[in-house]
Amino acid sequence: MTLVVKNLVRQYAGNPKPTLDGMSFDLPAGTLTALLGRSGAGKSTMLRCVMGLESFETGSIDIDGVIVRGTKESSPQERALAIAKSRERLGLVFQSFELFPHLTALENCVLAPMQVKKEARSTAQKRARELLCQLGLEQRLDAYPEQLSGGQKQRVAIARALAMEPRVLLYDEPTSALDPSMKNEVLQTLKRIDERGVTQVVVTHDLQLAKAVEHVCVLDHGVVIESGLPSQVLQNPEHESTRALLAAWHA
Amino acid sequence: MLARVMLRALVVMLAVPSFAAAPLTWGSDAQGGAPYVFQDPMDPNRLVGFEVELATMLGQRLGRQARPVQGQWDRLLELLARGDFDIAMNGIEVAEEKRRVALLSRPYFAAAEVLTVRRGDMKAPRTLEALKGRAVATMPGSMAARILEHAGADVRTYDGGQDEIYEDLRLGRVDAVLLDDPAARYFGDLVASFERVPGDFGSVQYAIALRREDTELLAQLNGALESLEKDGSLRALYEKWGVWSAETARLFGDADEKAHGPAVELERWTAAVGTLPTFTERLTSRYPAMVPLFFRGAALTLLVSVCAMLMAVLLGVSLALGRRFGPVPVRWVCIAYIEVFRGTPLLIQLTVVYFGLPELGLKLDPFVAGVLALGLNYAAAEAENYRAGLESVPRGQLEASTVLGLSTLQTLRHVIGPQALRISIPPMTNDFIALLKDSSLVSVVTLTELTKTYTNLANSTRDHLGLGLVVAVFYLLLGLPFARLARAAERHFGKHLHREAA
Repeated sequence: MTLVVKNLVRQYAGNPKPTLDGMSFDLPAGTLTALLGRSGAGKSTMLRCVMGLESFETGSIDIDGVIVRGTKESSPQERALAIAKSRERLGLVFQSFELFPHLTALENCVLAPMQVKKEARSTAQKRARELLCQLGLEQRLDAYPEQLSGGQKQRVAIARALAMEPRVLLYDEPTSALDPSMKNEVLQTLKRIDERGVTQVVVTHDLQLAKAVEHVCVLDHGVVIESGLPSQVLQNPEHESTRALLAAWHA
Repeated sequence: MLARVMLRALVVMLAVPSFAAAPLTWGSDAQGGAPYVFQDPMDPNRLVGFEVELATMLGQRLGRQARPVQGQWDRLLELLARGDFDIAMNGIEVAEEKRRVALLSRPYFAAAEVLTVRRGDMKAPRTLEALKGRAVATMPGSMAARILEHAGADVRTYDGGQDEIYEDLRLGRVDAVLLDDPAARYFGDLVASFERVPGDFGSVQYAIALRREDTELLAQLNGALESLEKDGSLRALYEKWGVWSAETARLFGDADEKAHGPAVELERWTAAVGTLPTFTERLTSRYPAMVPLFFRGAALTLLVSVCAMLMAVLLGVSLALGRRFGPVPVRWVCIAYIEVFRGTPLLIQLTVVYFGLPELGLKLDPFVAGVLALGLNYAAAEAENYRAGLESVPRGQLEASTVLGLSTLQTLRHVIGPQALRISIPPMTNDFIALLKDSSLVSVVTLTELTKTYTNLANSTRDHLGLGLVVAVFYLLLGLPFARLARAAERHFGKHLHREAA
């Protein structure tokens, strides 16, 4: 298993019920997984907890058998250290991409490898150029984010995350900020990365995307209620909430 | 030019220790003007006046070289107490309140107070009693001001020079002017539309002020003054300057109240400023001669401003970061600092730094004090600029950096900083230009920067309008290069914007 999430609990102050209520799931190495669920099911919170952007009360997250985050980290220092340790293994593509607007596409992709991994500029640039070319951006290396289309921005964001060579790459709603006609392009990109053996997790509301992945998890009220192959979960849902979700999507 | 001024500032800072036969430094305000201490209108690089010559004579008697130090007139005794010069000599009156804070020498001059009104003004006050409730102009903290207060007049005091005081009488802003006789002779009497009111409005004696502990110097000065008085040197000096008076004659026990020799200097002054030369004449001959003085003033203004801005930027960045990213106690300290320094007047901060801190044992050089006060004050404004810049960068940028593994410092340097800076540059430029202008306040701590250069020259030549335009041009020329630099910086940090999308 590449990514194992165990018993994650996250409660926001003022909320009567926990947003994550003992969530657990595990993902085999190299799979492309979609996390589904209605708004408020805990998808984004889960993503943010995995990435260390938010803390959680109990539970643990491990990657390749190494616990990168758990409740044993009592002090903020320990937590910061654990987050730093997990950085090299985890990448995230934000819903709004969050490219650095003052840097070109290429510069966006070399900043972290040079600063965090202390790579030489030439090494970092070589890899960034390869990644951007693979994602079809060979003409846009020196363009600033403002000059790029939505789909191009997303591919730069993906290249920026891949430049850190993560074992797991997470996406927060990759199709929501794009024109519907771009969905296919996104899917092609995900498939191409899948071929590199990177474990990918996609939080999505998009049924078409969900149908095309290898593994599906359905979340509700902060727990995983159903998981399996898309054909199985999406065509013969066992859980009432899954059926309600699919009915809403089809409508 | 700049290098020379910097060097000079360095020399001033290092030259604190005293030497054997150290020069006799004496404080005065050239803005107070003729005939005491002023810039020669025919040669503005030269400081002249009867007190300048008296200082030279005293220096010769004491075997020390007399060296003038510029200080704001109504602050001379404070500057003296601080140790900015050895003695203060600039029409300082013999009065109880002065004796409380300083030693006074034997008087070296005496004069009547002169009431001047507009000629033919039927409503003008013409007796001491009639001054009650009337608007009368004079110098702050002077004997004349005390006489006016006692008479119940509406006293208007001026930080500027005597010329400005008489100018307000001419313009009808005040009903009368009460000043010492020498000032009346050099300013009021020159204006045909004024008249002196006959009668006794009080009199004044001038003495040299010293620090309380300098009794030995006091004895030396008193000895020198006595011998200058006895051998007729003082009388000759005053006659030459046209200020010999019945009061001084009585003070010296001299039966001859009439002046005899020609008042060479008064005539020279009248010829120079009685009527202003035409504008063309001023442009072609007078102003070019003053340009070196303006350059010196501008260089000091620039040096003070640049040093203060550097300090404000460094401190401001620290405050903004402390306020945004620091732990709670640090955040509170930063907020308190910003509120205090933004919420109190710069002039008060400068006064406290220069005159107040010596009480705690910290005596700063005028240049250092000026830079420090300006820097501390502007740091508060800069901190708020940078906070606005930092807060303009969306939170997502911070998260994206965190997710990529960048440290806080790396995030600030490569992601937040460049984006925040673009937002902060325009208000920063604004602040620098404001600072350039506010630096004129350092004239209260004896620095003759651009504004002080102007006010001194304007008073000694009675040319406020023409020189005002000259000094305005100097300020504009100082500010413009920075405005251009800022625009270039904005373009640099904003190069990712406003490009055509492909």
